[in-house]
Amino acid sequence: MASSDRGVRPWVPWLFLLPNLSIIALFSLLPVLVNVMYAVTGTDNLWPSERTFVGMRNFATLLECGNYLDPSTCSRDLFWRAVANAIVFVPTQVVAMIGFALATAIALNRRIHARGFFRGIFFFPVMLSPVVVAMTWVWLLQKDGALNGILGPLGFDRVNWLADPSRAFRWSVFVTVWAHVGFYTIILLAGLQSIPSDLYEAAKMDRASPWRVFTRITLPMLKPVLLVVFILAVIRSVQTFDEIYVLTGGGPGTATKMIVHYIFDTGFAVMPRNYGLAAAASLMLGAVLFVFTALQMRLSRGGAHG
Amino acid sequence: MTVLQRACAILAAAAGIAHAQETITVQHIHEDERAAAVKFMKENPGTTVDFRVVSFQSLLESLPVQLASGEGPDISMVADWGGLSRYYLDIRPYLGAQQVKYFEYEFGTILEPMRGGVDPTGKAIYGMAGAVTLNGAFVNLTLFRQARVELPKPGATWDEWAAAARKVARATHTEMPMEMDRSAHRFASLALSYGAKLVDGEGRFVVDDGLRTAVSKFVGWHRDGTMPMDLWGAVGGTTHLDRFSDFMNGKVVFYFGGSWSLFLMDKTVGDAFDWAVVDAPCGTAGCVLMPGGGAMVGLRHTKHPKLVARYLAFLAREDNMREALARHANIPAATSLVKSGVDYPNDSERVRAALAAFTRQVPNVPKEAYTFQGWRYQRAALNALTTRISQILTNELDMDTALAFVKKDVDLAIQASER
Amino acid sequence: MAEAWAFIARRRGGIRADWTDWVTYGYLMLGVVVMLAPVLWVVLSSFKSEGNLMEFPPTLWPEAVKTVSVKGYARALPLYRVTMPDGQEATLAQVRRVGIEAQMVNPARPDAGLLTVPVESATPIRRFHLGTENYEKLLTSAGGRIWSSIYNTVFITVVATVITLVMNSMAAFALSKYKFRGSDTALLAILATLMVPATIVLVPIYLIVSELGLVNSLWGVILPVISTPTGVFLLRQYMLTIPDELLEAARMDHASEWRIFWRLVLPLATPALAVVAIFSIMSRWNDFLLPLVILNKPEVYTLQLALAGYSDENGIQYGMLLAMTTLTALPLALGFIFLQRYITTGIASTGIK
Repeated sequence: MASSDRGVRPWVPWLFLLPNLSIIALFSLLPVLVNVMYAVTGTDNLWPSERTFVGMRNFATLLECGNYLDPSTCSRDLFWRAVANAIVFVPTQVVAMIGFALATAIALNRRIHARGFFRGIFFFPVMLSPVVVAMTWVWLLQKDGALNGILGPLGFDRVNWLADPSRAFRWSVFVTVWAHVGFYTIILLAGLQSIPSDLYEAAKMDRASPWRVFTRITLPMLKPVLLVVFILAVIRSVQTFDEIYVLTGGGPGTATKMIVHYIFDTGFAVMPRNYGLAAAASLMLGAVLFVFTALQMRLSRGGAHG
Repeated sequence: MTVLQRACAILAAAAGIAHAQETITVQHIHEDERAAAVKFMKENPGTTVDFRVVSFQSLLESLPVQLASGEGPDISMVADWGGLSRYYLDIRPYLGAQQVKYFEYEFGTILEPMRGGVDPTGKAIYGMAGAVTLNGAFVNLTLFRQARVELPKPGATWDEWAAAARKVARATHTEMPMEMDRSAHRFASLALSYGAKLVDGEGRFVVDDGLRTAVSKFVGWHRDGTMPMDLWGAVGGTTHLDRFSDFMNGKVVFYFGGSWSLFLMDKTVGDAFDWAVVDAPCGTAGCVLMPGGGAMVGLRHTKHPKLVARYLAFLAREDNMREALARHANIPAATSLVKSGVDYPNDSERVRAALAAFTRQVPNVPKEAYTFQGWRYQRAALNALTTRISQILTNELDMDTALAFVKKDVDLAIQASER
Repeated sequence: MAEAWAFIARRRGGIRADWTDWVTYGYLMLGVVVMLAPVLWVVLSSFKSEGNLMEFPPTLWPEAVKTVSVKGYARALPLYRVTMPDGQEATLAQVRRVGIEAQMVNPARPDAGLLTVPVESATPIRRFHLGTENYEKLLTSAGGRIWSSIYNTVFITVVATVITLVMNSMAAFALSKYKFRGSDTALLAILATLMVPATIVLVPIYLIVSELGLVNSLWGVILPVISTPTGVFLLRQYMLTIPDELLEAARMDHASEWRIFWRLVLPLATPALAVVAIFSIMSRWNDFLLPLVILNKPEVYTLQLALAGYSDENGIQYGMLLAMTTLTALPLALGFIFLQRYITTGIASTGIK
């Protein structure tokens, strides 16, 4: 049904699109261009007219490294430390996230009582704001917190769980997984429920073991959904900021400093503000996200009803 | 009166009314300062002072952004004396000759850092500071008594205090011997005491032996348990964190914090234990306490510069300064008040003794400390020091690399601002 | 009886529960504890007094030390059970306690003076006490600033959601019910904004918002976020399933396009609208970074900003912090309990499609 052959004026759909497109142009697309402007200019002024053109200097500073494997040889060592953290954090957190989400989805897919209740409980932390999530866990993990209160009588040392770099890192993974696993569980659960039950019936008749059922039926049928979940999880994981910012503030040292945190620090927390460097780092991060989002669109297009 | 004269009279009156409806916005971090605004409005009918309370974080982070976009209050408290100088209003032209002399005498030590190097005449008056804060050493006397350890005398070094605190902590099963706010501003007192220059004549950061000594002592105290890792070692980045509540709850023997905490002492500690503010611990180069505090400045974009000048002059009046100091248990900054001392009728014996101890030490603050406090890139240096020292503590960097990074961070900040 | 047991125990294997079922329930139960316990702990702790909060090991239930008023002391003193040097036990009131010593007074004989005892020999006498003082302090402190935070958050959430629903459904309508040149580009542009998260364009957004004069205005937080690509996508997917014949029929009755949208399509899209509304409410209520940058005056703070900035000059007051955390999480938690089905259906359909 082409709008032109029913007497509907061709500009009508554009009218409907106008509000949305204006907001997008103003607050999503224009800012990217402005970011480019910031990335190629210097000084700590906010107003574009007061900034000076410096070409690729900000990018050069960011990428200047003696040895890319050792952040301390880099000009912007904190940036590369954040990158190094991300390289460990993202795979760890995504694997943990999807692993638990899948396990939970499988558990919820079985014939159990009170499925709605369990599903609700697992999803519950997703509703909490990142600040609330972080405050909750800071409260629990303190030296005088409940976790030590439980472990103390069992003979463990009383530790500030967030004071040690590797422990703080592991807890960051845990807390972010805790907060978001429910979201992915729901998606995977829907995927599981769309697998035709006669496949399982057939497997039961063949007396197949649970493991065979899982690897031969469940996983292959789940692949498209798993892929989408994977991409979503990676995109979110690379941008982790809110919870960890409140939980550890990037510490101890720089053990849990993430890329977005670095951008925020550089552009908003340190004085004087280095908008240029922050913008350059943002654009680099944006490029990485672009690749992944393009992948997601390609995959979801493949399965969409169009 | 002729028609013309009458018209002029009416116009003048109208202009007077229009002028009298002036409103200025004043922002501060303490609610109790509103009293000054209320008093000003009473003494100056027809003016409105819109007094707003903001958080300390907001002063550090939001104000600069506001000023950069040409917005913000007419008068603000600023913690970073020299960082925002380019937005300040020079009220000298709006003050009488007597007032100018008064300002220069009373606030001389602070006016200089406030100029932040942006004033070519070297004479601009950007505001005033009724109160100054000092870093301070708080000691739990009751614990010393229980441990039967003698209190180190004035002039004792940081090492002597550390040793005494350790002894006391062991004897009284106190969790922590010493603590210092997670703020490089506190650390700077330690550094300056050991001869660190921090900033040189060209406005660049300096890494010298004094700084290295201070850092290695500081790290050493964390390694041997004198100071807990929870503050400096557990958090990352530039986050400012204090655990003064530990001192108030009797969990630490010696706490190096600041005079702004005196305000809380009566309410929270009361007479639960005996405490005092002691003289600055010494290093090889002196016994330094970093000054700080908020100055009140007028901002260039204001539409009512005359009223701004009047309000600042009002705040600088001796009776108003005395009232403000008594309200919030602050140390006086004005030269004559430091000399004569101030009464604090609302505070306990102990707090008054502490304030006297602080006031006594104001004249001992060396010029290097003020220079550092007013340096345009002081914030950058403090942020870098806090971040990098934490990295040394968590074994991410060794001391030389970390200090080299501090210098690099500050240099980059300077480069980013100026080109 | 046997049948009842068979019914209850009917699981995967048919008649008997087998090991996979035990594992399943075990895992789910563990999950409930891990997911729920931390939050419940925060809520429980919010009813503890400051003194109770500072104890270690923390008490499970909120407890208060029994107090007694003793002649000559302004405030009520906590009661302790003290083991005296001669081995006997006495109930004394504690005046102060620091380091290794505690000073006690006998409530029955206050004039007998103070007795100094070693700290280890005194244990507090407690009882269960659900203290609401944290909430009271919170709701009345600082001139009731929390009420303005609540108002701001509610305003932003409601207004942003309403506008989002209208705008996004208009766009979805255009993209699903019309074939026109450029529709793919428009869809692509809308989806492209998924690649531009707020954290990346924070500074430019601040610049644009201040050019519009909306810094420190609630609208400065509403405008940048009302065009959500997932919302448009969801609504479009749903609207595609609305049969075109309905629109044809309406057009033959000379209905204007707007009428068709407003009176025909929109009501039919209610399930999708509900999901988008819920997503929007969740996101706006929990927004943190953008408000942090745009809103600088306490009068316009949202709940999240007020909560995160809660360490005031008095240091972090844990009691009020916990109370505030509970209050901030409460509305969405309650909403969730009632609207769980919608939410989970919505997410499922985003993922699948």
